[in-house]
Amino acid sequence: MKAILKRELGAYFKGFTGYVYIFFILLFMGILCYMQNVQGRYPSFEYAIGNMSFIYIAAIPILTMRVFSEEKHQKTDQLLYALPFNMNQVVMGKTFAMMTVMVIPVAISCIFPLILSRFGETNLASAYGSIVAFFILGIALASIGIFISALTDNQMMAAGLCFFVMLVNYFVTTLVGYLPTSALSSFISIAVVILAAAFVVWYLTKNTLAAGMFAVVVEGANWIYYSIRPIKYGGLFTDIIKQLSMFSRYDAFIMSEFDLAAIFYYISIAFLFLFFTVQLLEKRRWS
Amino acid sequence: MIEVKNLTKRYGNHTAVSDLSFKIGTGNVYGFLGPNGAGKTTTMNIITGCLAATSGEVSIDGYDIFDEPEKAKRLIGYLPEQPPLYPDMTTEEYLKFVAEAKGVKKNDAKRQIRYATEITKLQDMFKRQTKYLSKGYRQRVGIAQALLGEPQIVILDEPTVGLDPRQIIDIRELIKQLGKSHTVVISSHILSEVRAVCSAAMIISKGKMVANDTLENLERMYAGEVSIILRVKAGEIDIRRELAVMDGILGLTFTQLGGGVTEVVIDIDEAFREKLPEKIFYAFARLNKPIIHLSENQVSLEDVFLELTSQADISTEEPHDDAGTEVSNK
Repeated sequence: MKAILKRELGAYFKGFTGYVYIFFILLFMGILCYMQNVQGRYPSFEYAIGNMSFIYIAAIPILTMRVFSEEKHQKTDQLLYALPFNMNQVVMGKTFAMMTVMVIPVAISCIFPLILSRFGETNLASAYGSIVAFFILGIALASIGIFISALTDNQMMAAGLCFFVMLVNYFVTTLVGYLPTSALSSFISIAVVILAAAFVVWYLTKNTLAAGMFAVVVEGANWIYYSIRPIKYGGLFTDIIKQLSMFSRYDAFIMSEFDLAAIFYYISIAFLFLFFTVQLLEKRRWS
Repeated sequence: MIEVKNLTKRYGNHTAVSDLSFKIGTGNVYGFLGPNGAGKTTTMNIITGCLAATSGEVSIDGYDIFDEPEKAKRLIGYLPEQPPLYPDMTTEEYLKFVAEAKGVKKNDAKRQIRYATEITKLQDMFKRQTKYLSKGYRQRVGIAQALLGEPQIVILDEPTVGLDPRQIIDIRELIKQLGKSHTVVISSHILSEVRAVCSAAMIISKGKMVANDTLENLERMYAGEVSIILRVKAGEIDIRRELAVMDGILGLTFTQLGGGVTEVVIDIDEAFREKLPEKIFYAFARLNKPIIHLSENQVSLEDVFLELTSQADISTEEPHDDAGTEVSNK
């Protein structure tokens, strides 16, 4: 695993990806700090970093696009399969390398609250809490990027798809705000999502029976619950999406609240997608 | 030692490898021979643990590749069809990476990298990024990589494809040299290559094993079948009548060439190979039928290969008519 980690770090800094990522994060951090804290004369750094999560929409695809797609493209994945270790170690090595790149601008940003504290009343705990949360949010988003990168052998395709997913993730709370909040529309929206999930199950397993069973059982549960307690469905879909949106859950940290549930949610997402990535790579051995 | 038992690999409805069983002992160079698409790469990918099999067993020195992949893989060095190089790394960095990934200790790694670069003659390219290397050198880096970790078995998938003649000779020399200290398995669709470097060969076709023996035995097995190629200005009936009275003829295959010339491939008993050409000459001279061409055709490994692989074709495909008609003359 150490070998993979070293090789990945080498790849980040031999090319320009590592530098571009760090440069962009620091650039925007500087600009936002200047706007919020210097011009706005407000010493809380969490406002600067809190307005920054949108940068991930572009930064995550840059960071993750080549992680697995390039291995497949260069046929170096053959080497990874032939080496005496398993895919868990490969994915772990790559994730740690990526975390190392991500921690650099975060570590530098730790100076900002200290400097600001000299010019006014600051809540350092809250500032550093939001920095930590910013880092963990990044890891969760990047694990989605890594998974997307493992889907294709074309890094531009991976970048495009990842950008789209990040964009939807960022704006989804705004978008669902335009949906009607009646119980019926929630019911229909949930039913559509279940169908989409069943399609994904079918696509990954090519097992029509399993996908069909999944759709019937979950749709059935949805329908039964809706017919018993229609009142619970009012605004349910919008609420679920708001809970699932990774970006909007970050807002709590700006409000000086260290939301452990959100941290737990981010870490779960990271583990889930890294697990999917391992499964995807293992599955390739079987096809 | 590699032991493969009833190995089968299916991709959907297509069977790439079908019930393959063989053993490869220690030492020497083994050839894995077959036309393109015969299942060579698939088999090698399974043996090296890159690919899972649909059914069957593979064990490397007693370690099952599916149950104990890490132990089994340590015994194998593998060069896939395309050398798996990271273009942004130099040869040195790349070999260091592979050595570390194979769990070689630092001091050993230095020694092993030195050995691998010396044997593959890579010293001059040590500091160069692999994306700037020629195909021949890329192949060598791929082989050097396979040698790290001191595996007993080195598996090379089509190691000379796409190289120029000079590079091919160099790589073949290298393979022979490796054969002295390792068990080397190479795959190839080129017969002369297998003859040049291997001591034994397995021939596979359409995913099935059709022969597995030493090269000498493979050639000897078919050496009994000597044939004579005769081209003569005469019709099939005349030729058949003349040859029918001669001893030692096992079979005739006729092909009509233009200008009244008929070509006959005469399969003969080896005991008659001295006398028969002379008899044939006089027989047609008496008839006033001029012989255009008369030569002996010894079965070569090439023919063994073609015959074996086309047999597999016939058994799996619909029979089709050839230009010539085959007649048994017993």
